[in-house]
Amino acid sequence: MIPAQFEYVEATSVADAVRLLGELGDDAKLLAGGHSLIPLMKLRLVTPTTLIDITHVKELSFIEERGNTVVVGALTRHRDIERSTLVAEHVPLLAHAAGLVGDPQVRNRGTIGGSLVHGDPAADLPAVALATGATMIITGPSGERRVSADDFFVDFLETAVGQGEILTAIEFPKHTGAGWAYDKFVRRAMDYAIVGVAVQLGSAPRIALVNMSNTPHLAVAASEALSRNASASEVAALVANGAHPQEDLNATVEYREHLARVLTQRALTAASR
Amino acid sequence: MSIQTSITVNGVETSREVEARTLLVHYLREDLGLTGTHVGCDTSNCGACTVLLDGEAVKSCTLLAAQVHDCNVTTVEGAAQADGSFSPVQEGFRQEHGLQCGYCTPGMIMASTALLAENPNPTDEEIRHALEGNLCRCTGYEMIVNAVRWAAAHPNFTSANGGK
Amino acid sequence: MSLVGARVLRKEDPNLITGNGQFVDDLQPHGCTSMVFVRSTEAHAKIRSIDIAGALTAPGVLAVWTSANIAALANCPGGLPGLDQPLLAKDVVRFVGEGVAVVVATDRYLAADAAELVIVDYEPLPAVASLGAAMAEGAQVIHEVLGGNTVFFQDFANPLADEFAAAPRRASLHVVNNRCAPTPIEPNACLADWGRNGLTLWAAFQAPHHLRNTIATYFGIPQDSTRVVAPDVGGGFGAKINFVPEFFLSALLSKEVGRPVKYTQTRSECLVAMLHGRAQEHDAEVAFDNDGRILALKLQVTQDQGAYPNATGMGLPVLTTAMAAGCYRIANVAISWRNVVTNTTPVAAYRGAGRPEATYTIERLIDLIADETGIDPIEVRRRNFIPADAFPYVTHSPLAVYDSGNFAGALDELLKHVKYDELKREQARRLSDPTAKLLGIGFSTWLEIAGFGPPGSLEAFGHLASWESAQVRIQPDGSAIIFTGASPHGQGTVTTYAQIAADELGIDFDRISVKHGDTAVVPQGIGTMGSRAVAVGGEGVKTASARVFANAKRIAAHLLEANVEDIVVEDEKFFVEGTPSRSIPWGEVAWKSFRPLDLPGGMEPGALDSTIFQQVPNFSFPSGAYCCVVEIDRDTGHVGIVHMYLVDDCGTVINPLLVEGQVHGGVAQGIAQALYEHMVYDPSGVPRTSTLMDYLVPAASDLPGYVTGRTNTPNPSNTLGAKGVGESGSVGAPPAVVNAVVDALSHLGVRHIDMPVTPMKVWNILEGAK
Repeated sequence: MIPAQFEYVEATSVADAVRLLGELGDDAKLLAGGHSLIPLMKLRLVTPTTLIDITHVKELSFIEERGNTVVVGALTRHRDIERSTLVAEHVPLLAHAAGLVGDPQVRNRGTIGGSLVHGDPAADLPAVALATGATMIITGPSGERRVSADDFFVDFLETAVGQGEILTAIEFPKHTGAGWAYDKFVRRAMDYAIVGVAVQLGSAPRIALVNMSNTPHLAVAASEALSRNASASEVAALVANGAHPQEDLNATVEYREHLARVLTQRALTAASR
Repeated sequence: MSIQTSITVNGVETSREVEARTLLVHYLREDLGLTGTHVGCDTSNCGACTVLLDGEAVKSCTLLAAQVHDCNVTTVEGAAQADGSFSPVQEGFRQEHGLQCGYCTPGMIMASTALLAENPNPTDEEIRHALEGNLCRCTGYEMIVNAVRWAAAHPNFTSANGGK
Repeated sequence: MSLVGARVLRKEDPNLITGNGQFVDDLQPHGCTSMVFVRSTEAHAKIRSIDIAGALTAPGVLAVWTSANIAALANCPGGLPGLDQPLLAKDVVRFVGEGVAVVVATDRYLAADAAELVIVDYEPLPAVASLGAAMAEGAQVIHEVLGGNTVFFQDFANPLADEFAAAPRRASLHVVNNRCAPTPIEPNACLADWGRNGLTLWAAFQAPHHLRNTIATYFGIPQDSTRVVAPDVGGGFGAKINFVPEFFLSALLSKEVGRPVKYTQTRSECLVAMLHGRAQEHDAEVAFDNDGRILALKLQVTQDQGAYPNATGMGLPVLTTAMAAGCYRIANVAISWRNVVTNTTPVAAYRGAGRPEATYTIERLIDLIADETGIDPIEVRRRNFIPADAFPYVTHSPLAVYDSGNFAGALDELLKHVKYDELKREQARRLSDPTAKLLGIGFSTWLEIAGFGPPGSLEAFGHLASWESAQVRIQPDGSAIIFTGASPHGQGTVTTYAQIAADELGIDFDRISVKHGDTAVVPQGIGTMGSRAVAVGGEGVKTASARVFANAKRIAAHLLEANVEDIVVEDEKFFVEGTPSRSIPWGEVAWKSFRPLDLPGGMEPGALDSTIFQQVPNFSFPSGAYCCVVEIDRDTGHVGIVHMYLVDDCGTVINPLLVEGQVHGGVAQGIAQALYEHMVYDPSGVPRTSTLMDYLVPAASDLPGYVTGRTNTPNPSNTLGAKGVGESGSVGAPPAVVNAVVDALSHLGVRHIDMPVTPMKVWNILEGAK
């Protein structure tokens, strides 16, 4: 319930945050929305020596149209993404999924950057980043670099953001007018998905899975079938290929795979309406 | 490590020297003595600690006091109206028996207040959805939904007009 | 206008809705310190060593104790001799969550830090974390003194072999009644201040006088200077009736450090250290004829007690087996039970405390009979109901002499709400539409035992007695104070009692206050549990109020020079009936009640003050009829409740708003047990559901709305006619839900499914049927 002690410093800008990360090293952690980090700290599962608070780095909270993309600052809250007309028009899958993260209080504080960097395979937005083919913009001491969502989620709770770097923005290609769906199977409304399926149709359709692997999972075979205009049932039959679902209290491996197929069919039906 | 807070709580500027790790809920309860906001869990599920941060519902157990400097926090102690009347939401909870033991109630009241500020005429489904982050063990929720509906129907309630 | 029966808003609310409640953690006395536990992470282990050196020197630390510091102290009260739980584990830990050490520091943050520095070296022992494991041949013994893991076994007096053999048909069922965690939103909390003037202990507790008596006895200190206060309490549901080590440790530590010591349990602690509920397994057999009439019933209950049995937990299967036959006329009932320890959190009362378990099994059996005979489940119920003219009804158990009921009447009332034929048609239609969700309709006609209770009943659970105290005192201005031994924690008892008293006294509701929870204010009491606050406590308020009123009338008659029989009261004025113009206000009567020169001959000053230790001759037996309609997603197994129809018979209703709230709340917990909640242990005794992320307490979007109705068969054991209703919902709801699920799946040959009915369980059944 009570976090361990830590040093605390507030960053005033991205550059400031990068500098601090460089100075403070591995044991420092960034504090944004805090809704992944602080719960872990309260259970003392994570004990950073220093928190670099970027809550008030306003330059990281934005939603902008840039040509064929919508760029979302990493500190943009789920709440703001959910309500953004720009996102609703061009990346509706993202707007919809942002409205399903946790509960209203979580959405009022949690940020897309925080969610993506935490990289929980059971979270909603990482899979959405995969399904929409997003590109992460990471800022470090030597400037910006770009990492596609496909390369971003490296391992369980581990992303491509290196030591001393900050995820600063996420660039979503516009999917204006294309079909999409997000289907999430939960026990209680507030729960993490037992299984979730994010579908983005369009010229390069993709399906990504929630809680079906140790990272958010791009269903490559199913996505490929979708691009061939295969039937919904054929796509669904392939969706769990390559995934490594775990067993837990809520689901066996078999049940997870089954749910993935069912949700995929439903999502495809919804997406093509 | 200590920090100096600077948070406006229920309209009053507060400043205290606290440990950096002080959770906002403990700052409110112990440093300010505003014990209306409650702690019910340690995994950010129950919502008993819900307060308004710049008008939006947040779980004060999942925020550091340090994070909310220069912000406006409203707790249940600040929910009543300037003339001392209960807010429409508070009165709704009283009228419709939206509370039994009262432990989850401050969080429910603040979450409901935030909902109605944004959506003055929610459907029952929207009310339930808005309260997904608030657990109650006593009421079974229906009377809480009724309470919020009452508040939505009586937005101009004061104790003088009784809601009419 | 009579307030009994009126929808009156609560006196309790203004404080609570403004954040001015006073829960234990809200108290911040000067110099208050914080106590934190170090709890076992092993289910069964020897303690090789506990290193407290680091903790002792941590900042702000005032004390670090292990069992070595309290070697002379007795174990926690409320347990069984030789099997009781030490305040801190001595050489062995027996469940994950058992307290091993305590730290007291100047604030909770420092206390948490110091607790992390305590290093416990465990030598794991084999753990038995389930009934099956505990009862297996050669199973690890948890308490050596027992020799095995069965604490008590009551065999069948007569196993009814002949009756079963002779019956045309038989069916049997093995039922698991899943372990639940009561999870009040306020975890346990206590604040002890033991100074020169004695001990004061604030505790989130349901029975403060019980705690006062026991803690004083425990420490060998006089009860006249021992004070226990249950302030506002954030829910209890039975879990806050049992004594727990924190009460005694915080008290002694307060004495030791010379400052108040506060303990606020975290939720993770609460899920493993607050007593659990249910955790029974049943083996039931029923003999019946081709018309669905039950000829014989055999029920064996195995109660998981957790690691340390306690008086309440031991009594649960007694209640379950006493209520085995429910509301049905069954000529031959055989009961047996046993209490078994396991390396898990101890088990005690949880809303319903033994009766939900009984109701669940008999209601499942009824549906099984319906399934076997092809007779509609409503009809099977009707054919077996105890008829309305058969009361008082003597059962197989001396505990259970049912007082009143009209089970067919409640069912009739229910069916006014339920469009049964239409639902059945829709159910059939959907069977042939593979895209449609399956529909299921489930009934529960239930009866429970409440209103604890007749003399001897609560004594068997370790309480002082079974009465409840009420003192009604009129102030010199004619306002009234009621002092009750009841200890509410959300029930609205203050409001209810004021309604009762207002009717009896003719004093305005707003001029009646009710005091409870503080043993310095209310001298004696028993507490709130077993749905007794209205049935017993409220009756006491009524009786004491009536006595005070009788004396008030005598004074008024004396002052009005009239006959006492002719005196009435209205608008707080006494007058001769028919002559309201010549009246005396209540305030004046009250004032004069203290002035001997104004009193009628033979009346002493202070006569408007009456105390009663209210007894009742019997338990009460609330009943009802519930119907649940579910939809099952064929592809995912998800169960959604479409309708929940609830008819309750709690006898006289004092406040319909509050009664409805109790029904809703109980039903919500019943639905939660049926569909969501389960305290799961892995085979090594490590709990897998130890946070609210995994222990699934439902939120508003996860539960349905409720349609409620009422019938009324008054309680003959009190003049109020009220039976109590606090636990009824959790008794009646689970079987309605599960019967509905089984009904939805019965075309696949499904006969039973254990709670919680998870989507995966349903899906496995659907898959298996393909």
